[in-house]
Amino acid sequence: MYKGRKIITGLILFVGLAAIPFFYNSGKTSVKPEPNIDTPAIQQLAEKQCVEPREFMKANHMQLLNDWRDSAVRDGSRIYVNSQGKQFTISLQNTCMHCHSNKAEFCDKCHTYANVKPYCWNCHIAPKENKT
Amino acid sequence: MNAILSLIAVIALILIALLGVKTANLHSLFGIAVPYAAMAIFLIGVISRVLKWGRSPVPFCIPTTCGQQKSLPWIKQSKLDNPSTTSGVIGRMLLEVLLFRSLFSNTAFELRNGPKVAYGSTRWLWLGGLAFHWSFLVVLIRHLRLFTEPVPACLSSLEVLDGFLQIGAPGLLLSGVVLLLAVTYLFLRRVLIPEVRYISLAADYFPLFLILSIALSGIIMRYFTKVDIVGVKALTLGLVSFNAVIPEGISVVFYIHLFLVSALLAYIPFSKIMHLGGVLLSPTRNMPNNSRMERHINPWNYPVHVHTYEEYENDFREKMKSAGIPVEKE
Ligand code: HEC
Ligand code: HEC
Ligand code: HEC
Ligand code: HEM
Repeated sequence: MYKGRKIITGLILFVGLAAIPFFYNSGKTSVKPEPNIDTPAIQQLAEKQCVEPREFMKANHMQLLNDWRDSAVRDGSRIYVNSQGKQFTISLQNTCMHCHSNKAEFCDKCHTYANVKPYCWNCHIAPKENKT
Repeated sequence: MNAILSLIAVIALILIALLGVKTANLHSLFGIAVPYAAMAIFLIGVISRVLKWGRSPVPFCIPTTCGQQKSLPWIKQSKLDNPSTTSGVIGRMLLEVLLFRSLFSNTAFELRNGPKVAYGSTRWLWLGGLAFHWSFLVVLIRHLRLFTEPVPACLSSLEVLDGFLQIGAPGLLLSGVVLLLAVTYLFLRRVLIPEVRYISLAADYFPLFLILSIALSGIIMRYFTKVDIVGVKALTLGLVSFNAVIPEGISVVFYIHLFLVSALLAYIPFSKIMHLGGVLLSPTRNMPNNSRMERHINPWNYPVHVHTYEEYENDFREKMKSAGIPVEKE
């Protein structure tokens, strides 16, 4: 081995770099976030269902919000008909957040976990419980 | 032909993942076993390749010397292009690794009207290479959000910066788009320029197609078909804490993405992508040009018996004298 010390140091650095995620999480048991749907508005629902089925909402709610925004702001159409034919008023604050009035316990739970920070709340007003 | 073979290989990989997960339901094979195996091959492969290189001797002092060598005090040395000290070498290496300086000086040869030779600079390869490597790095670093909990704040800032255009939801991330465009450019360059096509092998096209399909599957998953990120993160965190789980309901596109990444990782030690370690070990890049100040000893020199002129003369003095040949010592 020529220049052995430098090469071994480099290799140790390389392995160390690749191992960062393993060290970072060693000994931690990660808990999947459980978004809380226990809000007054949802308790009054006969059938506890979101705008669309849960599986769809989980992965597609950002797309849905984007479509809602386009349809309200660009097309002026503020009624959304879901896949079961039920009607909803298109509004982030008055529809989504009416049911999910616990933003910190619901939206933020997942978003912190997935490291997304929707900038929507720069302009839209988050439900009151969050203010304190 | 080389390109088509590589394309078929990548499509086969995609089909393997698709059929394996969708039809054969081998979620834990593709979600756990293959990624671990790929990581192991990657680490062990890279280490043994570098150790093998480390065992090759460098018989001569052979740094590339692209500028004025260190000489008399009144001749200006080109310190970065022709370094004579270790710090100079580190500076040149850093600029090479971070900015691809040697590609910047890439020259194209052309014949202008009449047989007039001209050398112009071609900066497109440099620009495309730079865009490709940097966006790849940013995408890779951003992916760490799937492997860390809690996510370090610097990753959030990087993601905000990367998504500063705030187009749509989920927000468009620039680095992913740049990566896709840059790989496409690097591929088109190989097929459209005849002399580059002539020297392109399957081993050149395959990594390009592989990375192209990784980026494409990622982009499809984020912007089009969607995937349950919370589920994905449970899987990835499980992988890095050696506590692997397969959550329900992750779309097959994710498994394809993961399988292609695993294929890339396992392929790296055997391929030209090893240049990531090779650049640091290139004698032409990592040696200072101090051949006039320090003697470079060939490490495989074995002691050679030297017969000096003095000894020669001692052996033959009398004979030389009698033949009338001048000698140094009487
Ligand atoms: C009528 C009340 C109501 C409205 C309006 C509503 N939701 Fe829901 N949402 C629910 C309920 C109830 C659930 C739980 C569904 C279940 O468990 O099957 C839910 C579930 C969800 C989930 C999945 C959570 C999980 O457990 O994975 C997301 C994401 C979500 N909602 C986002 C939204 C968004 C975004 C909007 C606005 C476009 C919205 N919701 C509007 C009642 C509502
Ligand atoms: C620059 C400020 C701003 C930001 C940031 C913003 N919005 Fe809006 N949004 C508005 C305005 C203004 C309207 C129009 C309100 C109206 O006409 O009722 C609106 C309307 C909407 C509507 C339809 C109407 C309603 O009452 O909700 C939706 C849905 C919506 N925005 C979603 C989003 C989402 C999702 C985000 C984050 C990704 C977001 N917005 C970010 C300013 C903003
Ligand atoms: C099941 C967990 C979960 C819940 C609950 C949830 N989100 Fe999300 N949300 C996510 C994930 C994960 C992403 C990021 C997706 C990605 O990066 O592809 C996201 C992204 C978004 C985005 C796009 C952000 C961007 O800029 O890319 C918006 C807007 C959004 N969520 C709004 C909401 C709102 C409003 C609520 C509450 C009503 C909510 N979400 C509840 C998981 C969740
Ligand atoms: C060679 C390494 C990789 C490359 C080049 C790559 C590339 C990409 C690209 C370009 C995207 C599109 C979104 C973006 O720009 O971030 C993406 C998304 C994604 N990748 Fe990768 N990827 C790699 C490795 C991985 C690994 C190892 C995993 C997980 C095990 C993974 C999981 C995902 C997921 C879940 C998404 C969707 C993200 C979202 O919806 O926000 N990727 N990838």
